[in-house]
Amino acid sequence: MAKKFLYLNRKAPYGTVYALESLEVVLIAAAFEQEVSLAFLDDGVYQIAKGQNPKAAGMKNFSPTYNALGDYGITQLYVERESLVERGLTEEDLMPIVYEDENDEYAEKPSVQVISRAEMSQIMAEQDVTLSF
Amino acid sequence: MLHIVNKSPFERNALKSCLAHALAGDSVLLIEDAVIGAVSGSSIVTELQQAINGNAVKIYALSPDLAARGVKAERVLEGIQVVDYAGFVDLTVANEKTQSWL
Repeated sequence: MAKKFLYLNRKAPYGTVYALESLEVVLIAAAFEQEVSLAFLDDGVYQIAKGQNPKAAGMKNFSPTYNALGDYGITQLYVERESLVERGLTEEDLMPIVYEDENDEYAEKPSVQVISRAEMSQIMAEQDVTLSF
Repeated sequence: MLHIVNKSPFERNALKSCLAHALAGDSVLLIEDAVIGAVSGSSIVTELQQAINGNAVKIYALSPDLAARGVKAERVLEGIQVVDYAGFVDLTVANEKTQSWL
């Protein structure tokens, strides 16, 4: 039986390797047909910020990879509203990540859901396995 | 749910974020540098007391990590239960799920 896996992302990209490692593990896990969702809170919200360009800093921009998650059946990316607000960000600052809904004539639908801290607590409580990065 | 925090609240926001997300009935275990937050009089005490008294969250601190840092049991905030490694194991058994805050 498929288990509910949550990948909990709390660190900004590029400063440490956590964000990239998380994304790589997510892509591996997707191959095992589990029910996978991603949570972005605290500095982790910066992982899916628009307009990332780490070229001058000498690093590879891995943010386009988040757009591929839908093709792996990962369509639930939860972002905590309080974490955005604390950092002076809004949903407009996030990449418009979408997936094609195969049950709805492959209509493009948003994968990103901005939710409250209380809702985030509930989502954490609903998981079988939570992996922290 | 058992939440495990291993970073000092004075270096990272992991403990604060954990306490803000813990639900009533959850347990939070402070290990490694996180035990620094368990000291009575530290500025994270308000959040810890709110979690313990206001939100029915149980807080634990790992005794070998307190001892390693020279923190005696009497310096630990009232309401925080000090556990040893066997107690750590008991917590993981008593809670169906575990979530780490890095």
